[in-house]
Amino acid sequence: MSDTHYDCLIIGAGPGGLTAGIYAARAGMKILLLERTSVGGQILVTDFIENYPGFPKGLSGWDLVEAMKSQAEHFGVTIENQEVISVDFTGPVKKVNLPDKTLTATSVIIASGASPRKLGVPGEQKFIGKGISTCATCDAPFYRGKVVAAVGGGDTAVQESLYLTKFADKVYLIHRRDQLRATKILQDRVFANDKIEILWDSVVTKVDGLFGLDKVFVENVKTGATRELAVEGCFMWVGILPNTDFLGDAVAVDEGGFIIADARMQTSVPGVFVAGDVRNTPLRQVATAVGDAAIAAVSAEHYVEQVKS
Amino acid sequence: MAEGILEVNDSSFDSDVIKSDKPVLVDFWAPWCGPCRAIAPIVEELAAQMGDKVTFAKCNVDDNPVTPSKYGIRAIPTLIVFKGGEVMEQITGNVPRTKIEEALKKAL
Repeated sequence: MSDTHYDCLIIGAGPGGLTAGIYAARAGMKILLLERTSVGGQILVTDFIENYPGFPKGLSGWDLVEAMKSQAEHFGVTIENQEVISVDFTGPVKKVNLPDKTLTATSVIIASGASPRKLGVPGEQKFIGKGISTCATCDAPFYRGKVVAAVGGGDTAVQESLYLTKFADKVYLIHRRDQLRATKILQDRVFANDKIEILWDSVVTKVDGLFGLDKVFVENVKTGATRELAVEGCFMWVGILPNTDFLGDAVAVDEGGFIIADARMQTSVPGVFVAGDVRNTPLRQVATAVGDAAIAAVSAEHYVEQVKS
Repeated sequence: MAEGILEVNDSSFDSDVIKSDKPVLVDFWAPWCGPCRAIAPIVEELAAQMGDKVTFAKCNVDDNPVTPSKYGIRAIPTLIVFKGGEVMEQITGNVPRTKIEEALKKAL
């Protein structure tokens, strides 16, 4: 086989991909980790991870990623900053197409993660980076002493809204239902925080501004009442979309576009495995991504052994 | 400071960026921002590849509040490509390297 043939190609270098790399490298497989943007994935935007076991005082997403990356490099994992454009999984040799070359592999682990969903309202695209944000740890300091809006009701929305209150004077938390989905400990903190005002049963219909964003239009879905909030920032945490554009219809996905796998993390294609947020999974955490990835890497190892024998 | 990357601040911005003969890519960042630290190696790689044609600079928004607010920056990482003092392209967030390369090629 050629130099560009690998036992296992791992697509994505977040916690899932890095863990898969550690397990696969330790198993002695010839592997390569491909990352489209920067190593770390969504966890980079997390200011503080309190529920990843082994770190009783918690740690930042960046610190956790750096530790995982250096552990992977310690075992000889190579990470290339390359975007996968498309794949061909129809034959026994899997093809992964990069902008300037094609790599082949006996097995593939897809750990490409997910991206924040957009609201899809007028003005949103125009004010990205000028008021619209999905990263409180990056951007909250720009709103010191200001008023901001936050959209969503899950763990991320609630946790990040709490972080925003360290800088902003007031946070409107806009949620489309009449109760939060976030875990109880986070809900308790939000209700106890007098800088956060929750707008229940409400959705954002439009954002606008002169130089940067300065207005958010909100509608109550039960009463139809509308309201214009004078805010300088609007943070959105309204769920995620799987990063699967490069896959086409190469593997089976659920109705939300997330990749379906069996208990061994194998997708609908033998030899193609999946781990982390891109998988159809009931929970998306660092702890679940690394668990998926350990299984996927061992399954890939068994698959490669079988093919070789 | 990374090799090949010029540190710019509020007082040097005019001479180092606006009046530069070459196009300049400025990486607006802060130490508290994980994605900014994660994108830094990509900018350094590009600086090693294209440093002869483009000046690569970084501006710490924590220490230099004036310049980011002048360009309406309320999110980081933000990369701005300047040519002849004008903003050619403004890119926010963690983006693929190819997107930064395309922005730079347009400015050449």
